[in-house]
Formats: sequence, C-alpha cells, structure tokens
Amino acid sequence: MSGFLDQIFVQAKEHILAAFAAAPVWLGQLISSLINIVALLAVFLSLFALVSVLERKILARIQNRLGPNRVGPFGLLQPAADGIKMLIKEDIVPTRADKAVHFLAPILIAMTAILALGIIPYGRNMTPFAIDGGILFFFAIGSTTELSVFMAGWGSNNKFSMLGAMRAIAQMVSYELPLIITVLPVVMVVGSLLPDTIVAAQGGYSLGFIPHWFVLTPWGATGFMLFFVAALVESNRTPFDVPEGESEIVAGHMTEYSGFKYAIFFLGEYLGMFAVSGLAVTLFLGGWHAPLPFLEFVPSWLWFFAKLGAMIFVFIWVRGTLPRTRVDQVMNFAWKFMLPMAFACILAAAVWHYAGRRFVSWLLSLGVVLLVYFALSRFLGAGKKFAPRSYRFAE
Amino acid sequence: MNGAAFIFIAIFTLAAALAAAALGKLIHAALSFAAASVGVAAFYFLLGAEFVGLVQVFVYVGAVAVLIVFTILLTRRDLEKDHGFNWSGVFIALAVFAGLVWAILKSAKLSSAAQPLASLTVKQIGEALMTDYVWPLQCIGVILTAALVGALVLVMEERR
Repeated sequence: MSGFLDQIFVQAKEHILAAFAAAPVWLGQLISSLINIVALLAVFLSLFALVSVLERKILARIQNRLGPNRVGPFGLLQPAADGIKMLIKEDIVPTRADKAVHFLAPILIAMTAILALGIIPYGRNMTPFAIDGGILFFFAIGSTTELSVFMAGWGSNNKFSMLGAMRAIAQMVSYELPLIITVLPVVMVVGSLLPDTIVAAQGGYSLGFIPHWFVLTPWGATGFMLFFVAALVESNRTPFDVPEGESEIVAGHMTEYSGFKYAIFFLGEYLGMFAVSGLAVTLFLGGWHAPLPFLEFVPSWLWFFAKLGAMIFVFIWVRGTLPRTRVDQVMNFAWKFMLPMAFACILAAAVWHYAGRRFVSWLLSLGVVLLVYFALSRFLGAGKKFAPRSYRFAE
Repeated sequence: MNGAAFIFIAIFTLAAALAAAALGKLIHAALSFAAASVGVAAFYFLLGAEFVGLVQVFVYVGAVAVLIVFTILLTRRDLEKDHGFNWSGVFIALAVFAGLVWAILKSAKLSSAAQPLASLTVKQIGEALMTDYVWPLQCIGVILTAALVGALVLVMEERR
C-alpha cells in the first residue's frame, strides 16, 4: 500500500504514456516532457497561491493581527481575489520606457525560476528532468536572473528602478559566490552533480535512527546555514530586501510595473524561493528521505514537500522577525564572513571524509569549523571602533 | 528532429548575433549578445556536450553579459541616444564571418571525418581536469587571480 502511494504519480504518468505506446519515439519523449512540465506548473502555481495567503496569515499572527479572513473559509480564496484584481488592473507602461525590455523582464524572471525547478527530485523516481550536472544547471539558470532584474530596472527608465536593479545585481553577484561554494563540499563528498545521486547518498541510518543527512555533519550544518542566508539574499527576501527597499526607493526594479506584470514578478520571486529551498532540501536535508526508519511508510514526495514547507515557513518567520539590513552591511557580510566560512566548509568536509566518516572525524570536522569561526570573529571585530554615529544631513 | 532543432537554433543565434552587432542602442546590443550566447549553449546541448553548454550559459550570460551591462552603465553618458541601425556593425560582422569561413575551409582538419565520441559525463571531465590537465588549470587560475588583483590595484583609491 505504501509502495503504491509512493509511486502513484509515477504510475499515473506511465499509464498516460502507455496510451501513446504506438506513437514514434520522439512524440513519446515530447509527451513525457509535456506531462512533467504541466505537473510542475500545476503544483508550483497552486503552491504559490497557497503560500501567498499563508505568508500573509503568518505575518499577521506574528504582528498580532488577523490577516486576510474575508474571502472564503479562513481567507483561503484570497489568492483568487488577488489574481482577478491583478488581471483587471490597467497595465501601465511609462511613455519613455524601453517597451520591449520592459515587457520581457517579468517573463524572463518567471521563466528562469520555472526552469530551475525542473532538476529537483521531488520523490523516489520523481525528478522531472534528470540531467547530468543538474546542480550546475540550477546555478547557470540562476545566474541569468541578474540580467532580467537589470532589464526590469533599465527598461523602466526610472531612477528608483535603476537604483534598485543596481543594488539587486550587486548583492546577487556577491552572494552567488558563497551560495555556490557551500554546495561544493556536498558535491565533493558525493562525487556527483546529479541531484538524484546526492539524495541517494543521504539514505540510510546510523545506529538505526540517525539519518545520514548532510545537515547533521558539522560542515553540512555550517554549509546549510550559509546556504540559507545566501538563498535569502538571492530571492531578495527580508532582511536582505535592499533592492526593493520600500522606504527608500519605492519598490526598486518593480516601481514601474502594474497589474499582471507586477504579479508575475511576485510569482518569479516565490518560484525562485521554492527552487532554492528545494535545492537546500535536496543538498542538505536528505531530499525525499524520511527522518526516522519507522516513518518510511509515508510517501517520499510527502516528505519532500513537508521539508519544503518547513523551509518556506522559516523564510516567512525571518521576514516577520528581522528588520532590513543596510547595503554596506550586506556586502561586508558576504565578503568578510560568508566567503571564508564557505571555504572552511570545504576544508571541514575534506577532514570529515578522509578521517573515515566516523564519530571522531565528526569531532575533527567540528573543530575545523569552530576554529575558523572564532578566528574570523576575533579578526573581524579587532579593528572596529563604535563611535557615536554622526549625521551629515540630519542634525 | 535534430535537424529541425539545428535550424531553429541557428536562426535564433544568427539573428541575435546580428542584432548584437547592428542595434542602435548599446544596451539592446548587450542583451542580444546574451541571447546569442544562450543560442550557442543550445548548440552545445544539441551536440551532447551538456557541461560545456551549462558553463557557456553560466559564464557568458551570468558573468560576461552582466559585466558588459555594468561597464556600459558606468562609463557611457549617451545611453538614451539611438545611433540608428549600425550598418558598419553588419559590415564588420560579415567580414569577420567570411574570414572565419575561409580559414575553416582551408584547414586540413575538415577533410578527415571526426571519430564519433562516447558522450562524456561531468565526472569524466572533472577527473581529466584534475589529473592530466591539472597544470594548465592551475596556471589559468593563477593568471586570473593576477588579473583580478591587478584590476583592483588599478581602480583602488589611493589613501594617504
């Protein structure tokens, strides 16, 4: 029974494909890809709708309000109301905007986010597009987001948009480095860039109950935290939403967008968040593996989405808790702290691997991480003087 | 199937490359260049060289195009000026293309048929880079680091 539920979507797809068994090979491949794409879009667009209302509810709870509760039971139909509102709004394009670039930017942002979702294993035998070098594909696609954000900022022909885009590109380029370097130890330990292999390497349990997830090793835990912070920056979420910065530059690169284009920017942002959370789950949290042996009967895809949901909840929780950082703080943090710690992760993973992956190697690896951490915190705090702040213009 | 894909990608890449050479606004040319790089990456995918294709997207769209865009933004004042359709760009592009075609057709390699290759996995490429080609790789790393440090020294403000 559990095996049937585990593979229910895989078998459903095979049933559909069996109907086209007589078709030529290329048609079969095309239909197989189309099924994957449709399933991916259906699942993640509904997840987007759900998360958009959940985020407002959770933020409201954190801020001691009720949140949306008028449309449908508990306000669950709010996304439908929002969607209709966005659709019937006027689509305003500034007269002096670069029309083509202004039009293409939101499309490209959503497109890259959807492409990145394609390589993540959602369950046993449930990777939509298992390409050799999938992790590299993810980052190659992710690196094109910067260009689309730039297009949005430049195409709007507005100084706030341009400032927002410049900020966004600066912080995305800076944090791409720690983001990719924290992935390296995982790739090195597993010896593969294929997400399915990485998930398979995290199966099994030590002592019968400790799962072999990489987040439970010292280098993996450090890497996961660094990855999470870098993911917050890459998806432009609070506390790193400097590019939007409502209080300073209106809405950054989205200032000149209205109606459905604005909604598509949000869609792209959320899909990007899902993709990077999904990658974090795949790399560090054991993918679709169950946390305890006796919980194996729960379908694997349910575990994946439970972990994804937990990640998204933390994203929302962080947004409700922390204030926005300053631009210079964001950049300093990336280059002076995140990058050296990411390199320390590689070293700690090597120590863990070559000391035999036992308990002793676990301790040695922890030693490496802690050594670098304390050295960094001493070194970075050494030359800092906290003088009373002086204001140049507001005195 | 592959033939149709080849023609489609070829038209897309050539159109984007021509636009990069000929469009009036600099930013449009830079964005077309990024599109042309994506087209080239698609060719690599079509030939089964996934790794090279991914690196092509990574380096050319993610880094080089962003660098070009930044350079244009930080140096040019006449961003909004439309220079009109750039016929000299078309002419130079065609001249370079003709030169390349001439050089390729003259080379002796073209006459001998290439050996069919088994498709490479990323792992094999990585192993080759880390064993047989480790010295070239390290040398390139040193050169790039030197270039990075040199660029920083050149633009750094002098503090007294």
